[in-house]
Amino acid sequence: MFSGRLWELFIDSFPKILIPGLTVTIPLTVISFTFALIIAVIMALVQFANVKVLKQIARFYIWIFRGTPLLVQLFVVFFGLSRVGILLDPFPAAVIVFSLNEGAYCAETIRAALESVPKGQLEAGQCVGLTYLQTIFRIVLPQAMRTAFPPLSNSLISMVKDTSLAANITVTEMFMVTQRIVARTYEPLLLYLEVGLIYLIFSTVLTWVQRFGEKKLASYGHKEG
Amino acid sequence: MLQILDIKKSFGDLHVLRGVDLDVEQGDVVAIIGPSGSGKTTLLRCINFLEKADSGTLIFDNEKFEFDKITKKEIARLRRKTAFVFQNYNLFLNKTALQNVTEGLIVARKMHKAEAIEIGKKALDKVGLSDRYDYYPSQLSGGQQQRVAIARAIATNPEIIFFDEPTSALDPELTGEVLSVMRDLANEGMTMLVVTHEMGFARTVSNKVIFMEDGVIVEQGSSKEFFENPKEERTKAFLRTIQGDMD
Repeated sequence: MFSGRLWELFIDSFPKILIPGLTVTIPLTVISFTFALIIAVIMALVQFANVKVLKQIARFYIWIFRGTPLLVQLFVVFFGLSRVGILLDPFPAAVIVFSLNEGAYCAETIRAALESVPKGQLEAGQCVGLTYLQTIFRIVLPQAMRTAFPPLSNSLISMVKDTSLAANITVTEMFMVTQRIVARTYEPLLLYLEVGLIYLIFSTVLTWVQRFGEKKLASYGHKEG
Repeated sequence: MLQILDIKKSFGDLHVLRGVDLDVEQGDVVAIIGPSGSGKTTLLRCINFLEKADSGTLIFDNEKFEFDKITKKEIARLRRKTAFVFQNYNLFLNKTALQNVTEGLIVARKMHKAEAIEIGKKALDKVGLSDRYDYYPSQLSGGQQQRVAIARAIATNPEIIFFDEPTSALDPELTGEVLSVMRDLANEGMTMLVVTHEMGFARTVSNKVIFMEDGVIVEQGSSKEFFENPKEERTKAFLRTIQGDMD
């Protein structure tokens, strides 16, 4: 079944799929995840510090973005907003949606991690004369991010794969390019397996990065394991 | 130097402090003892504003503050003159021993890094940890961690150090190294307010003892008086039950 023609198609299409992977899928992931982390840290901190109003806003935001499908959010922002005069290009629209969606999930991860830091750390910080914010940013948050690192890595890996949904709002990332090649060649099995393989390669590399990162973080002196 | 008048604190219906007065002179080593739940830790935590007392007056260096009206700024200013040693050390887990000591100097007191490191090393040397500067808390034993915490306390050159059951989380064999550091501090004239279960320490190191129960002070006096000639029946009973510890 795996004839020479198919093998040729596989080899031929590999760079064609990989290149949008490197130029669209990865930038989309990296940019969105960076924004997501920034949003998440802010949303987690206002909840942790119990800041009035902002805390309610954070809860509301998380409720909305965790409670509705990612695909629906993409459609609302890309197709829907044009109805009220907000016209976004596909890529920035995708960045906005992925950042906000991922931010909601990561906010919960980071909030939980913040709450896992012993209360005594905050007290000790204040007793040596640090302000509340200094204690949060220098003592509590670094420890929380360490705890949050594995679940956040999980989110990142999951996000790489979720970016395939951006094909639905005409972002020419890996999956869309694959669909186009399938339309031309009528080889869905081979090509969808191929794009799956490339996602697998990306995820595997990230898993290595995660492992490396966890080892680095272990140099706080905590035992690995 | 430090005076507390009629401090009160309750958690809901539970009255933990029911009007306590306290007077600490410079150079005093005051041991606060008493059964569990007597309010001694809460007293200490209220004095350093880790808990908010419901009412009462604090006089520190002739400045007078009301516990229920004190501002954040005043708290920050007072805390610069004090240090706190916790039962479970509360070292910054993401910082090395040396960084734990210098953090407050560099960040809170805006000291130059080099100067802070010099002071930090001196403080760690003093508690016998000159070979542990770059160790993280998780790489240190409980006794070593508590000594780092004491180094962190003395580095800021406080007027008084509060100790909240500093040896209660330690194995008996590690208790000695912490107590000996505290004894050295006392001999150097450091003012200390110590909540403790170590009767040996209370008797031999502290010069004043306060015995608390149910949120009030039952008896207080010089250590000698307290242990050799207690006045209250309750104190006598307490001392009888802990007799074993003292030998």
